[in-house]
Amino acid sequence: MNIERLIGMANDIAAYFAVEPDHATAVHGVRDHLTRFWDPVMRRELKTHLMQGGEGLLPLAREAVDGLSMPPASTG
Amino acid sequence: MLSIVEIDYGTPKAKSQTMVALQIDGKTVRVPEGTSIMRAAAQAGINIPRLCASEMLEPFGSCRLCLVEVEGRKGYPASCTTPVAAGMSVSTQTPKLADIRRGVMELYISDHPLDCLTCPANGHCELQDMAGVVGLREVRYGYDGENHVYAKKSDGSANPLFVPKDESNPYFTFDPSKCIACSRCVRACDEVQGTFALTIQGRGFESKVAASQDNRFLDSECVSCGACVQACPTATLSEKSLIDKGQAEHSVITTCAYCGVGCSFRAEMKGEEIVRMVPNKDGQANHGHSCVKGRFAIGYATHPDRITTPMIRAKISDPWKVVSWEQAFAHVASEFKRLQASYGKHSIGGITSSRCTNEETYLVQKLVRAGFGNNNVDTCARVCHSPTGYGLKATLGESAGTQDFDSIEQTDVVLVIGANPTDAHPVFGSQMKRRLRAGAKLIVIDPRRIDLVRTPHIRADYHLKLKPGTNVAVLNTLAHVIVTEGLVDRDFVAQRCEPEAFEKWRAFVAQDKYSPETMEAETGVPAALVRGAARLYASGGNGAIYYGLGVTEHAQGSTAVMAIANLAMATGNIGREGVGVNPLRGQNNVQGSCDMGSFPHEFPGYRHVGDAATRALFEKDWGVPLLGEPGLRIPNMFEAALDGSFRGLYIEGEDIAQSDPDTQHVTAALSAMECIVVQDLFLNETAKYAHVFLPGSSFLEKDGTFTNAERRVSRVRKVMAPKAGYADWEITQKLAQAMGYPMNYSHASEIMDEIARLTPTFHGMSFDKIDRLGSVQWPCNEDHPDGTPVMHVGEFVRGKGRFMLTEYVPTSEKVDAEHPLILTTGRILSQYNVGAQTRRTANVMWHDEDRLEIHPHDAEERGIADGDWVGIRSRSGDTVLHAMISERMQPGVVYTTFHFPGSGANVITTENSDWATNCPEYKVTAVQVTRVSQPSDWQKRFHAFSDQQQALLDQAQPADTLGQSPA
Repeated sequence: MNIERLIGMANDIAAYFAVEPDHATAVHGVRDHLTRFWDPVMRRELKTHLMQGGEGLLPLAREAVDGLSMPPASTG
Repeated sequence: MLSIVEIDYGTPKAKSQTMVALQIDGKTVRVPEGTSIMRAAAQAGINIPRLCASEMLEPFGSCRLCLVEVEGRKGYPASCTTPVAAGMSVSTQTPKLADIRRGVMELYISDHPLDCLTCPANGHCELQDMAGVVGLREVRYGYDGENHVYAKKSDGSANPLFVPKDESNPYFTFDPSKCIACSRCVRACDEVQGTFALTIQGRGFESKVAASQDNRFLDSECVSCGACVQACPTATLSEKSLIDKGQAEHSVITTCAYCGVGCSFRAEMKGEEIVRMVPNKDGQANHGHSCVKGRFAIGYATHPDRITTPMIRAKISDPWKVVSWEQAFAHVASEFKRLQASYGKHSIGGITSSRCTNEETYLVQKLVRAGFGNNNVDTCARVCHSPTGYGLKATLGESAGTQDFDSIEQTDVVLVIGANPTDAHPVFGSQMKRRLRAGAKLIVIDPRRIDLVRTPHIRADYHLKLKPGTNVAVLNTLAHVIVTEGLVDRDFVAQRCEPEAFEKWRAFVAQDKYSPETMEAETGVPAALVRGAARLYASGGNGAIYYGLGVTEHAQGSTAVMAIANLAMATGNIGREGVGVNPLRGQNNVQGSCDMGSFPHEFPGYRHVGDAATRALFEKDWGVPLLGEPGLRIPNMFEAALDGSFRGLYIEGEDIAQSDPDTQHVTAALSAMECIVVQDLFLNETAKYAHVFLPGSSFLEKDGTFTNAERRVSRVRKVMAPKAGYADWEITQKLAQAMGYPMNYSHASEIMDEIARLTPTFHGMSFDKIDRLGSVQWPCNEDHPDGTPVMHVGEFVRGKGRFMLTEYVPTSEKVDAEHPLILTTGRILSQYNVGAQTRRTANVMWHDEDRLEIHPHDAEERGIADGDWVGIRSRSGDTVLHAMISERMQPGVVYTTFHFPGSGANVITTENSDWATNCPEYKVTAVQVTRVSQPSDWQKRFHAFSDQQQALLDQAQPADTLGQSPA
C-alpha cells in the first residue's frame, strides 16, 4: 500500500496520544490502536518501513510500531 | 385526509397520572385529568361530531359541531376545549344539540360544492361524514349568494371570493373552493411542523387559507411535509396520487427508508400499488409526522430506471449482458474463487449497506467473514458516524446514542453542534422546534447560520459561529469554563466516573491554552459567547447535546465525540430523561449497520474479532473458523486495490464512487479491480465501474428491520413483490450458496433470531416482539425485556464513565494563498444523500442542482454574481457549480451539497481522515473559487463516461439463457 498514507495515518494516531502525560501509556495507546484497528498487512508494511529507517514517522509512532507484534502471515 | 384505518380521538392525550371519573351519556368513563370531554367520549366509543378537531392538534373550538350539554352548566360548551371534571355529567346527543349541529352543517354545506361523487375525498371525507351524522336533509340558503365555490356569480360576473385550484406543489393540490376554514392545516403547519407557512387571511366570510404572502404553495415557505394534507378534513388539500388512484383499500405499517429518524408509516395500498404514505400516529419515533421525502418521494421505487435483471460484463468498456440469476451467482462465485486462488484469501471483500435492513447487513458481513474467510467488510458508516462508535464506546461503553427522541420533551437546554436537523432530520427537527417554542434554551455551534438559529418563534440563545475544523478547540474551551468556574457536577462525577481519568482531564482542560480568550483567534468564537454558552449548558437544567456529521467528518472526529461525552459527564447530563449525547444518524440504518457487525474489526454487537470467546461463539454457530485480526476498511480497500492486492468487491446498496471523498482516487481504485459486484436499484455511479450488476429490492419489497438513531428497531414490511424477484437478503444467501457456504433462511425473521441468539444486546429481540410493541430500542435482553429508551441509568455500560483527553490538533488541511477559502459540505431537506432516490422524484423541483454558497464579501472580491458559474479548486481536484450568494456563510467559508453526481463535490474533498476511524474530513477542504465559463475537465470526462455507460446499458443483450429466473 501507499506507505506515505500509512505513515500519515500512524502519525495522526500518535498526534492524538501525544497529549498523554505518561509516556508508556501513550506508546501503548498508539500500539494498541494499530493492533485493534489496522489490518495486519498494513501493520506489517509499516513495520517494514520502520526497519528500513522509518522516515517520516513521528517519534511516538516509531516507538509504538517498533513494539508491534505481528500475527503469522497466514492469518492476516 | 387521515389514514384509512386510524381512529382519531379528537384532542391530544393527557399526560396526568390522576384519573377522573365522569358520566357521558349515562356511561361512567375514567380518564386522565386534563382530557377533553371529546376525547373521553371517544375512548368510551361515543363519537361526538366534529370538524376542526384532531388529536394531532391542540383543540381550537371553532367548528361549533362538537357542542355538548353539561348538567348544571349553562349553554353548549365545545367538547374539544372543555376538560373533564370529576362527577361531571355530559350529554352528547339531545334534540337541542341535534338542531344546532344541523344548523351549523347547513351553513358549511351552503358554501361547499356538491360534487361528492367525483371528489377525491369521496368515501373518506369528514365533512360528508358529519353531514350524514347530523342528518342534514336540506340546504335552505341556495348557492346564489356569496360563496367560494363558483368562479362566476349567477349573473355571469367574476366571483371575487373564488380562488382557483393551486396545483403548483408536485405532490398535492390546494382547492380553496372546498375549504371550510377549520384551520387544521394552519395549525398543523404551526404546531406539528413548526414552519408557520400557512395563515388564515381576511376576516369573517372572507377568511381563507393562504400560503406565505398569498403565494402559490411551491413559491411559499411551505416545506411540503404534508402535515396540512393529512390534517385536512375535506379534499381541499389532497395528495395528487389519491386524486389519480382513488381511496386505498388496505394499509400496512412500515418504516421509512430515508434518514436516521426512522419514521413509521402506513403504506396505504390498492393491491400492490401505493396510493399514499401516511405517517403512523402510533409511530414511536415520529408520532404521526413526516417530511417531504418520507411521505412523498417514493416514486423512485417504481421508476423506469430500476434495473430488474442481473447483468454481467468482462470489462467496463463492454456492453452489459443480461443473464439469469443462476448465471449471475455462478459467475460471481467463480470470479471471487478465481481471485482468491490467484491473489490470496484476502484479495476480496464486501461493503454492507446502511440503507438495507439489519438482516441484510448481517448476512453480508457473515458472507465475508464465514464465506470469504476474511474480515474485509465495511459499511458507509465508515464515512459518516464511525467516530461516534469509537468515541462513545471509549467514554461511555456503548457505540450508540443515549436517549430516545421523546427525551427532548424534558430538556431545558438544547445544544446542537455540527447538525442541521431541520434539513437532515426534519421530523425530529420539528419536535426540537416544538420544545424550543415551549421555552427550552438553544445553543448552536456551527460555522453556518443554519435555520434553527433564527426561525419563527425560535432564536438561538448562543450561536458559536466557529471556523470549520475547530470543533475540538471549541469543545475544550467549553470544558475549560465548566472546570474553572466550578460548574462541574461533582457528585455525579464522584459516583459515576473513573476518578483518575477525571482528574487528568480536569487538569488538561483547565490549562490556559484552552481558555476561550486564548483560543478565540483560532476558533473565531468570541470568548464571552463561549463562557455564556458553557454556563447555560452546565447550569440551565437538563442539558442535551445533539450532533451530526459536522462533528464526525473531521480529522479529529473521534476526539470531538469524546469531548462531547466528557462535557455530558462533567455536568451530570447523562443517564436520565431530558439529557444525553445524541448522534443524529445520516441514513436510515446507519445505527443498524454498525450494530450488525459491519466494521472489519467487530462482530455484531461491537465485539472485537480478537476476543477469543466471542469468536468461538460465532465459529460454533457458523460452523467455520474465523479470523481474529481486523480486515480492511473502505479507504484501505482502495489503497490495496491500487497496489494490486485487492481485486474483488461485493457492494450492497452503496455508491462509493459518488459518496466517498477524492472521487478520482476512488475511481482509480475501482478501475484497478477485476470483479466489482454492485447490488442496487439503479445503475449508480459505482455500478458504472462494475462487472456484475445484481438488481436489489426497495424497502417496499421485503421484510426486515431498520434501527434508527434512537437504537429503535422497527419493522420494514413487504407491500409489493420484489421487482427483480428477490429481496436483498435472498440475493446474498444465493451468492453464499454459490460460493459453497450454506445459508438457508426461509424468512428474514429467522435471521433476526440468529442475531438475537448471538448478540447480548439483542437477546430479547424478535419480529414477534417488535410486532407486539410497535418497535423496540436495544439493549433488549433479560435485563430489559421491552427495550431501553434511556441508556446509562445508574451506571455506564462500561461501569464507570471514562474522561478522555482531547488535545486539539489542527487539521493539516490549511488555507494558503492558492487555496484561501474553506469548503464545507452538507445536505438539503428535499434531497437525500447521493440522491439516487430523491433525484428520481419531483423533489428536484426544490433542488435541481448543487450550488456553491458563498458570502457576499468573498463573492464581490472575486467578481462573482449570484448564478454565475464558479470553479472550485482544491489540492485534490476541481469542479464547477453555480454560485449562490448567501449571508448564511461566514466570510472565508463556502458550502455545497453533494446530491448530484455531476457536481463533483467529492472531486474536491481530500483523503484526509479521522485519526481513529479513517472517517473522511469532508467538512474541511481548502479551496479557491473563481468565475469560469465552462464545466471543469473532470466534469467533461464524467459526462462522457456517463454517456458511454448509459449506452452500454442501453445495448444490454440477453446472454444464452442457461438458468431460470425466479417466478
